[in-house]
Amino acid sequence: MANKEVLLKVSHLKTYFPVKANFKLGKRAVLKAVDDISLSLYKGETLGIVGESGSGKSTLGRTILKLEEPTDGEIIFEGQHIEKLKSKALQIYRNQMQMIFQDPFGSLNPRMKIEKIIEEPIKMHTTLTKSERKERVLELIEKVGLSEEALKKLPHEFSGGQRQRIGIARALAINPKFIIADEPVSALDVSIQSQVLNLMMDLQDEFGLTYLFISHDLSVIKHISDRVAVMYLGRIVEIASKDSLYANPLHPYTKALLSAIPVVNFDQKREEIPITGELPSPVNPPVGCAFHQRCPFAMEKCKQERPQLKEINEQQQVACFLYDDKEEIEKNLGSSMVQV
Amino acid sequence: MKSSTVETNKHKEVLLEVNDLKVYFDINRKKVAKAVDGVDFSIHKGETVALVGESGSGKSVTSLSVMRLIQMPPGKIVSGSIKLDDKELLSLPEKSMRRVRGNEIGMIFQEPMTSLDPVFTIGNQIIESLVYHQGLSKKSARKQAIELLNIVGIANSEKVIDGYPHQLSGGMRQRVMIAIALSNNPKLLIADEPTTALDVTVQSQILKLMLKMKDTFNSSILLITHDMGVVAETADRVLVMYGGQIVEEAEVKELFLNPNHPYTMALLKTMPNLDQHVRRLPSIKGNVPPAHMFPEGCRFADRCEFAMERCRLVAPELENISDGHKVRCHLPFMKGGEALGQ
Repeated sequence: MANKEVLLKVSHLKTYFPVKANFKLGKRAVLKAVDDISLSLYKGETLGIVGESGSGKSTLGRTILKLEEPTDGEIIFEGQHIEKLKSKALQIYRNQMQMIFQDPFGSLNPRMKIEKIIEEPIKMHTTLTKSERKERVLELIEKVGLSEEALKKLPHEFSGGQRQRIGIARALAINPKFIIADEPVSALDVSIQSQVLNLMMDLQDEFGLTYLFISHDLSVIKHISDRVAVMYLGRIVEIASKDSLYANPLHPYTKALLSAIPVVNFDQKREEIPITGELPSPVNPPVGCAFHQRCPFAMEKCKQERPQLKEINEQQQVACFLYDDKEEIEKNLGSSMVQV
Repeated sequence: MKSSTVETNKHKEVLLEVNDLKVYFDINRKKVAKAVDGVDFSIHKGETVALVGESGSGKSVTSLSVMRLIQMPPGKIVSGSIKLDDKELLSLPEKSMRRVRGNEIGMIFQEPMTSLDPVFTIGNQIIESLVYHQGLSKKSARKQAIELLNIVGIANSEKVIDGYPHQLSGGMRQRVMIAIALSNNPKLLIADEPTTALDVTVQSQILKLMLKMKDTFNSSILLITHDMGVVAETADRVLVMYGGQIVEEAEVKELFLNPNHPYTMALLKTMPNLDQHVRRLPSIKGNVPPAHMFPEGCRFADRCEFAMERCRLVAPELENISDGHKVRCHLPFMKGGEALGQ
């Protein structure tokens, strides 16, 4: 991984939202949706971002695309700082990054024919003539597995899976290098999910795309990602190659997440990491480690200091004090902690 | 997390019996959507039955029919009978049906935000049902409501009871829904995708709670879901629906280890799971046919990889292939498709 080319680098990114003045929280309450996140994306890879609702994964994606204004930190795309860019200068970068949204019902204009929907970004960003655009649209719709007839129809005439294909065609229209997919298959039935995932992987192979794939579904993430980052309350608690994360999760939250997935297994009872309660409010996050209130292994230190991401091995980084020294790691791995 | 299958055999007393249920919706003068088209099943006392299928398969319409919550028109129950404890629900006058809903049958919906009334406090909504069905005084109903909130695991229930739905998180709201559904000790709990809108860690808490409540109150559950993992961990018996019909029915273990309908097999193969190491997921081609234009023969034939000429001409019947295992298919697989090579 080390000799791979970095496409996008994010460092110490913060996105805060002001919250309406509230006497309980003090006047200048802020919601820390993305709270000090650093990560790199390599060309051609898929980085999965997984987390529960409210963990800030969507805001992270939207901030990278500059759909939200970052409060602090850097976003470097192909060596260029883009966090400060405004409208015109930003357009050039917008060409290269596109987004696929979760809701295929809300993200397509119901009054526009499919043809127009896919053509619009081409019109916006390129100088192609009308007939060239038409050709391109036709090529795209066939690439995503729909037929020419689809172009003359309106969004409501399609099923969820087909609409998601249209959304993908639109995202691909201007040959982006980088695509952020925010829960692209969550609204689809299982049998359709796999069709769309397969399509996304085929397109990645064909066009050398880089994906940031946001989902709450660990099985979907496992399927499509090369590396996975686990988010909790605006922070990354663990980032690792897919295989090591699923075979040997380190952070207690990752372990809990993995053990909570219902699986088909009649032979052995799984041991579950019991976590209680729910995600605390990002307006008033706990001091220290964000997870300490729900963590079954919390120590005194976790309540005071915020753990930083630390490299445990080549494949894996984790933000947890349990891995501070070797002794503790061994004790930890050897004990009753579950191998999921 | 689930009661063993041996246990299921013990309580063979039937609680709910649905026979030849047909629910159609008029789309316009010419088109009729056959959302549920001849469904038979039964639920035994103390049993958890999962109803599985994709969107458009008719699973929600089936459950709404049991509650008699189908909007008519455009819907109409064309034929069939639904018996709860030998009482025919379909011929019950609306007034008595209202006594059944919430009292004998409790229901949990997918969207806890839309199924709670935003302008009433949590307390009001629980108390309402207690006062209506059990004739309690407001004061004692409030006491019991607090008790119920404690049972479903809501911390500081005395405060929450005076709060409004928007002040609670999704998981908490679903707990409140469960408290309301269970407030009158229903014999049957219908849960329509109860955890689909929730995060995995909360999902496992809610599922455990539902099963615990089932045991505490000795009720039965009809669980509607599309998540096979949830089915495997919670259900005793499974009904697989496709195109308004049940295509396979079996005890949970039997269904997963020895699926016989090509649709069930495909469904099990396509779900992304944690043990898979393939790059391309197998997928089912095409989409569920819309309910107003089902094909003449088998409704799955167009998407089935084993379809024969006969499948397109003759609609298969739901047949018993072994004890408690029923399949609607012309192909007798018997050994999970091994005979034809998967």
